[in-house]
Amino acid sequence: MLIYSLKRLALAVLIVSAAMFLLFTMIYLIPGDPASVALGPRATDAMREALLIKMGLDQPVWIQFWNFFTNAWQGNLGNEILSNRPVADVVMEQLPWTLALIAGGMVWSIALGIPLGCWTAVKRGGLADRAIGVLSIAVIAVPSFVVAIYALLIFAVSLRWLPAIGAGDPGNLGDQLLHLVLPSLAVGLGWVGYIARMVRASMLEVLEAPHIRTARAFGLTDRQITYRYALSIAILPTVTLLGVGIGQMLSSAVFAEIVFARPGVGKLVYDAILTRNYPLVSGAVLVTTALFIAINLIADLVVGYLDPRVRSRL
Amino acid sequence: MNVLEIRHLSVSFAAEGGSLQALKDVSIDVPEHCIVGVVGESGCGKSTLINSILRLLPDNGSIDAGSIHFEEQDLTQAGRPKMQDIRGQRISTVFQDPMDALNPVLSIADQMLHIQYRSGLGRKEKNARSLDMLRRVRIPDPESALKRYPHEFSGGMKQRIAIAMAMMMEPALLIADEPTTALDATLEVAIIKLMKDLQSHIGCSMLFISHHLGLIAELCDQVVVMYAGEVLERGTARQIFHNPWHPYTERLLDCDPGSQSSRMRHLPTIPGEIPDLKKRQEGCIFRSRCQFCEDICHAMPDEIQSNGHHVRCHRRSP
Repeated sequence: MLIYSLKRLALAVLIVSAAMFLLFTMIYLIPGDPASVALGPRATDAMREALLIKMGLDQPVWIQFWNFFTNAWQGNLGNEILSNRPVADVVMEQLPWTLALIAGGMVWSIALGIPLGCWTAVKRGGLADRAIGVLSIAVIAVPSFVVAIYALLIFAVSLRWLPAIGAGDPGNLGDQLLHLVLPSLAVGLGWVGYIARMVRASMLEVLEAPHIRTARAFGLTDRQITYRYALSIAILPTVTLLGVGIGQMLSSAVFAEIVFARPGVGKLVYDAILTRNYPLVSGAVLVTTALFIAINLIADLVVGYLDPRVRSRL
Repeated sequence: MNVLEIRHLSVSFAAEGGSLQALKDVSIDVPEHCIVGVVGESGCGKSTLINSILRLLPDNGSIDAGSIHFEEQDLTQAGRPKMQDIRGQRISTVFQDPMDALNPVLSIADQMLHIQYRSGLGRKEKNARSLDMLRRVRIPDPESALKRYPHEFSGGMKQRIAIAMAMMMEPALLIADEPTTALDATLEVAIIKLMKDLQSHIGCSMLFISHHLGLIAELCDQVVVMYAGEVLERGTARQIFHNPWHPYTERLLDCDPGSQSSRMRHLPTIPGEIPDLKKRQEGCIFRSRCQFCEDICHAMPDEIQSNGHHVRCHRRSP
């Protein structure tokens, strides 16, 4: 398990490095020089020259990349343009809000999706199975920002059950959790459908396996068979799916943060793009990329933990 | 005294284009401490027989008639919880393919622990019992084997573990569904010997299903010959192998490669195929492939019995 974890960690570092290279290439290929963007149209050539040297952009491209690369690994993503604060600080300030939102969406979609998937697999072909099947497809098909807007209109504006905007008073955890409900609903709803469908499909496959017949022939109860013998295998593809799905959840978090005027990385990137704050955009993108890779790493490690076959193969 | 008494059992499956009768009027006795062999070609209803006894027929299968008496009760009438109590506890099963018979993500210790959930023992005693069973099926280093997972064992070892699990609750009846077919021929003898040792040690009866005639002859006290979901002949191993009454049994014995004494280019076969079970013909089921077929065979032959040797064939009719 240790060797497996180390291997996966090394691979993750490699992927983040590759992502950095891509990001650097993209920034480098964008027409126009960053100095004139930063200084505005009234800057003199001397000012531009000075900033270029300060930013290290007069160096050959491979040295620029090497500086970017080593600085990024040390947590130095440069300074943003508007307030001249370190990008890393700005992004890290916003990151917990986004993490809370994604965690909220994940937790409730897993808590609902997995039992629904099991239940519909066991009762396959029944009315409940078909109804939940149709509903799952429906919630998968609805874009998360539509859910966000309607959730806002219904639960915050019309019914006034939950707060509409913001993230809650600082230091007041209860208030913050209350503010988290509607955004997580919007981010997680489609995933309830995804997880339910995925778990149902793999449960149906596993329930046909010879070892399930053995378990039945040994007199284990239906509960034991469904939740211990079948679900422990059927859950594996879903864990991998969730790791990959974090990327999609990050993008729906952007919409949720904008609709609910919540702080967060999504909102940060959105505002940075509007103000052409390119260092901030690239820093935030790099951080979310690293986050995505880290969560995939965790998903792989969880699969390795749950499946002894994977553990011993690697 | 019979541990298992199957009487006139008929089982059918709902299929496209009408129902398929997989078992028809099957009667089998399994006496105490006896090993009863069931032989027949593929598709003769051996698996359906096992699934009927365990009441694990798929959703489209149903028991239409007959009874399965086991320890003073009719399993065809037993409810779900009752059957769960019997499975693994009183009737245990070893399946054909050991490669996929154990749960891949649970350790051997966990799986053996779960089987004992009705025993009322503490965790320590259960683990001690698992260890003891692994020792009895001669798994090397049983302590570490308990901690391992099925994929870390070879096919032969997995089948030994499956046998240990099946025997753990000391059942009254062990069903063995071609337990050595998926294994190397060299392992076959060892596994069979192991099962026989455990069977006589525990004192259970065994229903041994196989198409390996040599194995049946060596292992079994009694033999049942099945064809297309019907029992054509049953009796002691001696009666079946030395004095077969049914033409099908005779031809089956002729086809056994082990019985060939001279070299030949082709192994003998029984020409023809198993009839379509969706459209069962009237009369003797083996009629279409029988070299002795006569007009009278269009009527169903009665079961004839003498000294425990049962047969369904007009040639034996008085």
